[in-house]
Amino acid sequence: MEKTEQVQYNRAGQRIVSPDYLLFEAPREKYFMTGSEVVKEAVKRASVDASVSYPITPQSEAAHLIGELWVEGYVGVYFRGESEFGVMSEVAGCSMAGARTVTTTSGPGTLRAMENFPMWAGSRLPIQLILMARGVNAPLTIQPDNLEMAFLLDTGCMIWHAETAQELFDMILAGFVVAEQPDVHVPIITSIDGFFISHTREAVMLPPDDIALPPYDPYRSPMVPLDMEMSPGRFLRDPFVMKSNYVSYATHTSWQFEVRAAIERAKPYAKHYLRGLIEEFGDPEAEIAFVASGTAAAQAKEATLMLLHEEGVKARVVRLKTIRPFPTKELIEALRGAKYVFVPEFNVIGWLEREVRRALYGNLDVPVIGSPRVAGGMTMPPEIIVKEVLQFLGKEVKHVV
Amino acid sequence: MSYKIYKINEELKEFMPPEIVDLEEKATWGNPKRGVMDLPYAKELLEEHSLCAGCPESAAFRYILASLPNPEDTIIVNSTGCTSLVFPHIALHTVHSLFGNQNAVASGLKRTLEWRFPDKVKDVVVLAGDGATVDIGLDCTLQSFFRQEKITTICFDNEVYANTGGQESGMTVRGHVFKMAPKGKQWDKVPMWQLAIDSGCHYVARLTVSSPKKVEKVVKQAIYVAREVGPTYIHLYTPCILEIGLNSDDGLEEMRKTDKERFKFFEYMTDEAKEVIQKKKEEGLL
Repeated sequence: MEKTEQVQYNRAGQRIVSPDYLLFEAPREKYFMTGSEVVKEAVKRASVDASVSYPITPQSEAAHLIGELWVEGYVGVYFRGESEFGVMSEVAGCSMAGARTVTTTSGPGTLRAMENFPMWAGSRLPIQLILMARGVNAPLTIQPDNLEMAFLLDTGCMIWHAETAQELFDMILAGFVVAEQPDVHVPIITSIDGFFISHTREAVMLPPDDIALPPYDPYRSPMVPLDMEMSPGRFLRDPFVMKSNYVSYATHTSWQFEVRAAIERAKPYAKHYLRGLIEEFGDPEAEIAFVASGTAAAQAKEATLMLLHEEGVKARVVRLKTIRPFPTKELIEALRGAKYVFVPEFNVIGWLEREVRRALYGNLDVPVIGSPRVAGGMTMPPEIIVKEVLQFLGKEVKHVV
Repeated sequence: MSYKIYKINEELKEFMPPEIVDLEEKATWGNPKRGVMDLPYAKELLEEHSLCAGCPESAAFRYILASLPNPEDTIIVNSTGCTSLVFPHIALHTVHSLFGNQNAVASGLKRTLEWRFPDKVKDVVVLAGDGATVDIGLDCTLQSFFRQEKITTICFDNEVYANTGGQESGMTVRGHVFKMAPKGKQWDKVPMWQLAIDSGCHYVARLTVSSPKKVEKVVKQAIYVAREVGPTYIHLYTPCILEIGLNSDDGLEEMRKTDKERFKFFEYMTDEAKEVIQKKKEEGLL
């Protein structure tokens, strides 16, 4: 029998294509855009049903642009909420009612909203939060700093960290696809370092805007969407989850394990749609290795080139695209043969260093050096990374930063 | 919805708990004229509540669930407190997410349901206690009124944090001694019904649940107005007999007493609300 293909359109009139086609096969054209503008382009091609916004620097522009998409008919529901706590509850309501849902926030907004994130995960809502990281008060700051990501690590949400606007575009689309897999179905936080990506322009390759992801099907969810179209699964004789007895404890425990297991089950999907959970850069045999994510990885790559061309020191970068799930196996494999592992970061506490140490402990015996580390809006010129390495190796530091 | 979602496989029927069988056989789906008078004969979508014996809140739950004009397409949003003990017993889609965010969740639900089902009426009703509605959740409650969300908010006011062991709430009457107010409450009960009016609700009612028929009327009016005009608010006195030292058969008497005092029946409606109510009366639905 001859295979027939029926062309389908979403509610915005865009032709529905497969995620693989949209991400890998569709012809792309070059544009020069900020990270915020790229958010609009990704959401436009994602058949998004709902978004709720709230102003906070540096994510506001991305949220405005999603509002424009609503006016243009690409997003079904859009409004400004009363605070990040309200917004994250409002998007929870949208998602519970069966919407593909996206929102954005930054720094103090993330912390204001905090109680919602484990609730999203426990309710298995595949909401996408686009996080444009900024410093956390006090003292008051609006500058780039990704400390807030540390607070999110154990909320039961997936966390991905994009290095460039291009990667943010692709991650937003892939994020919906991976988060909505029935055996995953947890929230996805796609992060970038605020300002560095949100406010700077770079060349990005975009597929045409008359094609879009297949719409979200809430009836593939492991939890019943709250629309009274299916029998309510929670009509029970006994609300055991709230009782003080062992069955109740065991239920809660197993559910929390299940949420974490669901994040692990995202690995093969993420690997496919992100073309690997990690990216390796530089000399794979080098003794000096950097492990980094986001903008810090971009700086480490530059430092790797400087070390090679100006100092004759070979180095490599292992860039993590996903923080949750954490690519433990891939990281260990990629670091074989390294003598020193540097973890440059844009925050004071070094959350990625902790994560790397935990992953390597007992698996790979290599010193982990949690530096350089900048915060509160400081930039990380590659020279300071080079200086850090040279000092560690006992070599002469020629560059003055 | 399709009523088939409550249809039980014949082969398994004998193993099903009686309340599930009742839902198929005795529930009053698809009849907007259903009401509290059906209670003795029909299934009111609530099973064996887990509240204290004689708790007026349990009576309120029964009356409200028996009065919903459109239960087959109604979603209930709960919050934390005594009410959260009941939500798994409600045979409708219900959600508990956090303490105090109920009106925010309801806003997202209602707007998305309108987007997903443009040709169907899906009612969203918030049922939460006074702590959730007025104290921790006041921001979300009032903001949903400001935004003119088409939802009905019902507050069970027991004038205390009952589920956590009897602490003062914003709805406690001045002078009452509760935990965390060991010298008695130092300030007045929050006039939430007035705040609801000032914040843009189109229908507001304050009453006790001593009269089931009155509860039915108020609930139906609030839901019809919310559906067509904007936010509506019902403030119900459901005393915590445990925390004010009454016996389990004293709840009704306590409510009858306050019917004449601080919970004297009060009703407010805008002109738009009046029109809707008049229309529904003409249709024989009120």
